[in-house]
Amino acid sequence: MNRYSRHIILSDIGQQGQDKLSKAKVLVVGAGGLGCPVLQYLTAAGIGNLGIIDFDIVEESNLQRQVLFGTSSLGMNKAIAAKKRLEDLNPTISIDAISEKLTTENALQLFKQYDIVVDGSDNFATRYLVNDAAILCNKPFVYGAIYKFEGQVSVFNYNKGPGYRCLFPNPPKEGSVANCSEVGVLSVLPGIIGTMMANEVIKIILGFEHVLSGKLLCYNSKTADISTLKVNRNQSEFDKVLGKEKLLGIYENESCEVLVKDISEEELATINNIQFIDVREPHEQPKLEIKNCMEIPLGHLESNLQLLDSDKTKVVFCQSGIRSKKAVELLMKQGFNDTFNFKGGVFPLVEALKQNIYER
Amino acid sequence: MQLNIKYFGLIAEITTCTEETLELSNATIADLKNVLIGKYPELNTKDFQIAQNKEIVSNETLISGEELALLPPFSGG
Repeated sequence: MNRYSRHIILSDIGQQGQDKLSKAKVLVVGAGGLGCPVLQYLTAAGIGNLGIIDFDIVEESNLQRQVLFGTSSLGMNKAIAAKKRLEDLNPTISIDAISEKLTTENALQLFKQYDIVVDGSDNFATRYLVNDAAILCNKPFVYGAIYKFEGQVSVFNYNKGPGYRCLFPNPPKEGSVANCSEVGVLSVLPGIIGTMMANEVIKIILGFEHVLSGKLLCYNSKTADISTLKVNRNQSEFDKVLGKEKLLGIYENESCEVLVKDISEEELATINNIQFIDVREPHEQPKLEIKNCMEIPLGHLESNLQLLDSDKTKVVFCQSGIRSKKAVELLMKQGFNDTFNFKGGVFPLVEALKQNIYER
Repeated sequence: MQLNIKYFGLIAEITTCTEETLELSNATIADLKNVLIGKYPELNTKDFQIAQNKEIVSNETLISGEELALLPPFSGG
């Protein structure tokens, strides 16, 4: 077949290897920065069955790096938009778009239908869920994660190698590590890391020797430094997962939702007696230089509830409005009902404060 | 013993450098963590793993190598 001729003439792949690729079933969790390049290359390479699970929609701010999508995809579900583009790239393969969130309820029955899982998610709840479900279903999974200009790649749960929990046993506190939408990311970085992930998927399918298992590859796009660190299997981290009767989420209250009330700049001006709560990390700038602002990073909020003034209306903010939303959810679950999310993040708030109207 | 310590991701933002040298002898990884938290108190609120001579090690491990790295988990995708 002409489409795969450049694979077939490689002595390490050949027609036999290409047949393995066409029989493989790969599930990609998340069609975002990492998922896009993974999907593009796996589709082009002729992976026979691809599953894409993503509940999110394509936004304009995604297009800087999620190059599978175009302006015409805006507002569409990512799994469905990806399938549409990928079917044009390679109509000979089968693609299943699942426009849902991966949960403790659906993960196991989904993972069972595939040979390999790819973790291109953007949050720790999903990352630990992918690890645990992959262990319970005995599937290898290819891991990639990014932060600003840096990325990590590894293959977990492969041939008795380590799992993600062997590398990071304890899930970070909710909100303590920012994601791309909060701190930004270099456009090409997920392209580089995602392409490395697709490479590992192909190596696993072809049965190549040096799969990136038991090793964590760390890449820095600013310095072009690559470090590969050895990760050992810790059986107790597997037993932790295997010992449970069913999958559990890492954040115990993640499933129960509360209604977060947003507040605008105009509405702020109408409220007396405000306590501002800055849930960013100490190094984040700019600061709000007013008396009635309390700095409590999101990860510490729950243990510092005594610092909150229950007589005041609490307005929570962060850099872009994402962590503050989580903080308001947390506070409302703790009974602080007079709490609002300042949706726009710190910059519009600083601008508004220049008018000196909120310091009461 | 002179240790060369590399910092990744958010950790490098806290230490404001990607690499530095530190003098420390007869110490475990946990001792090193305490020294670093003393120098950079914000590290106390962060999750990270430490690699010694390119291998992830645990708190009880004795420091025998000169090359160490502090590695935070990344969530982005």
